[in-house]
Amino acid sequence: MQGVEVVGLYVRDQDEALAFYVGKLGFRVHTDVKNGDYRWVTVQHPDQPSFQLGLFYPGAPMLDSATAETLRALVAKGAMPPLVLTVDDCRAAYAKMNAHGVEFTQEPVDRFGTVDAGFRDPSGNGWKMIQARRRAGGAE
Amino acid sequence: MFPHSLTSRRVVSASHTKQDPELLRRLLRAKDRMDAASHEQWPVRRLARVSGVSEAHFARSFKQAFGVPPHRYLLTRRVERAKTLLRDTDLSITEIAFETGWASLGTFGRTFRDITGENPGAIRASERATATGLGSVPPCFLSAAHRPDLTIAVSEKRRRVAGPRIPANETTETEV
Repeated sequence: MQGVEVVGLYVRDQDEALAFYVGKLGFRVHTDVKNGDYRWVTVQHPDQPSFQLGLFYPGAPMLDSATAETLRALVAKGAMPPLVLTVDDCRAAYAKMNAHGVEFTQEPVDRFGTVDAGFRDPSGNGWKMIQARRRAGGAE
Repeated sequence: MFPHSLTSRRVVSASHTKQDPELLRRLLRAKDRMDAASHEQWPVRRLARVSGVSEAHFARSFKQAFGVPPHRYLLTRRVERAKTLLRDTDLSITEIAFETGWASLGTFGRTFRDITGENPGAIRASERATATGLGSVPPCFLSAAHRPDLTIAVSEKRRRVAGPRIPANETTETEV
């Protein structure tokens, strides 16, 4: 199979991000390796074994300190690109995650024939959580 | 090789102090709360409490972080929501004004015109004429794309249009 294997997020703290994505969102650790100051961390959703979500810290040795500082500010301001999590049941996922202390920015809302909610990770990355549409033809 | 770059190099102002990402994250929380309930009243006291900073510090920090004062940000969100309701519902303009958090129809209409340059009724007609095929874009991203771009104060904008008729101390922002 060909396609995208890893897409990464910038996070302010990789341990905190792991606790969030694994402990609260139900991902599992795929890779967690260190090379000097550099730490490569990816997590994977149990239902999606072909894809890894990278949890990367913007800093040395990949970035100079000025660039890293700018990126950390942008992440904290919620300026990173949109992320979408698809779930079978948005309200059930909301209830579970809310009980885990996930910071929701929008409670589940019915619209466009589905249900969506919004949350942020501890770093400020914003996620939309959208209930998968059931296709009438059963194409999925 | 590029002599022009020597003369065009700008001196970066040292007065623009960097903001702590931890503070920015807490300011984002206040911005998120306004996004989630823009129809509610958001005095600086309430926002500062969400961010866990003093009121004076909050207003200054928010503007530095996001480029607009918090109350002006709130106005853009209300107008954005009003535009959505004008497009997607059959609510009357009066109903939409109250639904989106304005205390009076007059203030709503005036602020709406100041920000969008059009009347609510005209926007309703033009939005409906062009709104097609957007159902597959997640709504939050759609609404961000429709967010009015406020670069100057609403009161300032009105002053510029109206000339000397409106006294300089009138501020729409404090009414909402």
